[in-house]
Amino acid sequence: MTERDKILQRIRLALKNPAPMPGAHGSATGLRAARTAAESARDWLPQVGPSPGDWMTLFTKHCSDLKTEIVVVGDAAAAQEQLRRLALAEQWQRVATHGAGEAAEAAGALGLPVLSTDGGYDAKELEACDAGISGCDALIAQTGSILLTARSGGGRALSVLPPHHVVVARREQLVPDLPAAFAWLHHCYGPADWPSMMTLITGPSRTGDIERILVLGAHGPKKLTVLVY
Amino acid sequence: MNPHAVQFQSDAGRLAADLTHRQRIQSAMAKYGAARGPRQALFRDWQEGRQTAAETKWAGLNQLDEHLVAFEKNATARGTQVHWTSTSEQARQVIVDILQRHRAQRIVKSKVMTSEEIHLNQLLESLGFQVVESDLGEYIQQLKGEPPYHFVFPCMHLSREEISDLFENHLGTAQTHDPEELTMIARRVLRQKYIEADVGITGANFLVAETGMVSITENEGNARLTAALPRVMITLVGIEKILPRLSDLALFLPMLATAGTGQPLTCYNTMYGGPRQPGEVDGPEEWHVVLLDNNRTTLLADPEQRDALHCIRCGACLNVCPIFKNVGGFSYGTTYQGPIGSVITPHLRGLQDWKHLSGASTLCGACTETCPVKIDLHHHLLHNRRNGVQQGGSRGEGLLWRAFAFLMNHPRLYGLAVRLGRLAQPLQNMIAGEALDPLQAWTKTRELPELAPQSFREFWKNHRPALPQDQRRSS
Repeated sequence: MTERDKILQRIRLALKNPAPMPGAHGSATGLRAARTAAESARDWLPQVGPSPGDWMTLFTKHCSDLKTEIVVVGDAAAAQEQLRRLALAEQWQRVATHGAGEAAEAAGALGLPVLSTDGGYDAKELEACDAGISGCDALIAQTGSILLTARSGGGRALSVLPPHHVVVARREQLVPDLPAAFAWLHHCYGPADWPSMMTLITGPSRTGDIERILVLGAHGPKKLTVLVY
Repeated sequence: MNPHAVQFQSDAGRLAADLTHRQRIQSAMAKYGAARGPRQALFRDWQEGRQTAAETKWAGLNQLDEHLVAFEKNATARGTQVHWTSTSEQARQVIVDILQRHRAQRIVKSKVMTSEEIHLNQLLESLGFQVVESDLGEYIQQLKGEPPYHFVFPCMHLSREEISDLFENHLGTAQTHDPEELTMIARRVLRQKYIEADVGITGANFLVAETGMVSITENEGNARLTAALPRVMITLVGIEKILPRLSDLALFLPMLATAGTGQPLTCYNTMYGGPRQPGEVDGPEEWHVVLLDNNRTTLLADPEQRDALHCIRCGACLNVCPIFKNVGGFSYGTTYQGPIGSVITPHLRGLQDWKHLSGASTLCGACTETCPVKIDLHHHLLHNRRNGVQQGGSRGEGLLWRAFAFLMNHPRLYGLAVRLGRLAQPLQNMIAGEALDPLQAWTKTRELPELAPQSFREFWKNHRPALPQDQRRSS
């Protein structure tokens, strides 16, 4: 008998005695099927307004609380212009990006040396880049988060190794809440085409480990900028 | 008394009287409370959310065997290697085998509470591996040579001055009392560690049966780097962490963040579904998920306390616990501190050795009230007390209770005992709080109230109005 079988056997034996349902104070033991978390999630999760305008207002407010820079502009050219200003202000020497989408175009337009993670990369070189410029799968108004994957984010490290992570997103990528974000993941990658990493990024890297005082840039980027057009 | 209980009493007594320590804990916990309250208030219905979270966990555990098998099937299909381990020793062996097979030398760890549970670092270091904790708090504790103080805030008991001294001694850095500069010192040191590491070891917050994924919640980005750069990744996780569906995370992630630290979401919530897939540019070539039982099935077999396996390790019950705030994290002597630790440790490590923790409670219920997955914590403390007595309580205590019951059932004897007590009290007062005092446990830090010169029984005997016979009969 393998350890796997032994553990499964212990579990099956243990489950012969049903446990009371939570909140039923012992009076019910599994009489009704539990609701799933996602089915009714919108009944209790924090409120999000009905229109995309409300979502953008809420997303922007979260960004300011989280110390994420957000810049909303009219079109791709304006987004590129914003990125150029950022590069000048921070005196970037080299940037990293991926793919052939809006992020790569904006990075390419900077006229700086560009490291693309597409064909693999050297970790030390990526670490030495001044910014990682990536796309994303969605922006989430409810929590001020960016949803990106190994596919939309140029791998696992591009969005976390350079000191400044810049996300280039389109306005229509903004979704209202977490249930919508997970539905979108299923739509894009389900049932069996999942990237090996999917992450919700909510603000620049942070820690409060020293006297519960907030410090940005613990291990990941110190700065996070979202360029939305 | 068992040595763990003796240690607990002595540590708890010392730390409760340490005002600097208490002030630090109170100040950290005040910051937690100030962040959490307003965040929780944003939920449309926090109570309904808790109920659903509890039901989701409950339903998940009711089919734990099926979900684990589904997790394994879905994870394996994407190239993940799943290992099943019943004990700490087996889990350690599986991990050491993987490290040796890859001739690994340098290992970087993100926060893994299960590895504290199986004492992994000590073993790996004794075998000559270089192990570095990458979570800032865990790194500081590793330099200090101490286990985590709190399973969410590992070094909340240290001041910036102490951390600065620690860095100066171990890393040779200049003194600074700026938390940001201190953090940047650790950042610089640890960055190189990720890049050089052969193997990364992580924990996990959730296992998703539906997709065979592991979800990791963190603020610093250290787990993301640990899962991105080394060639081999190992994830050590308890079998109870299962969630049926990926979309269940839509509730659990914000609940964990709100209850744990008062954030809308923790900075990084990352779902891993395998090692590097074809066409991907980075990530480990091999990913091993080590499923750990280590007596979780013992707790599962107790339907009364099974809901303690719902725990998502947010740490909220520690943060609100009046005992934790007074005695601190180290007094417990356990991997998991606070109310949840007091509840589960007797199941994980033996009731008789750890039942004393369930006695260290005011039963105020703040833990149950704050728990995002509705674990009935303070009742489980009572259940542990009851089980502790039923399965072999202390003989002396049993004798004492029987004597008390006998006395209460015999009024004359009780009256005599009270009169004797009144005579004995002046004698006891002379040695109050000293080693000879039989009531020293109480009188060391408190005063014993004086016994009244006259008991109510004696008073009533002298003052009872003489009622006419007929009146007494009619009543």
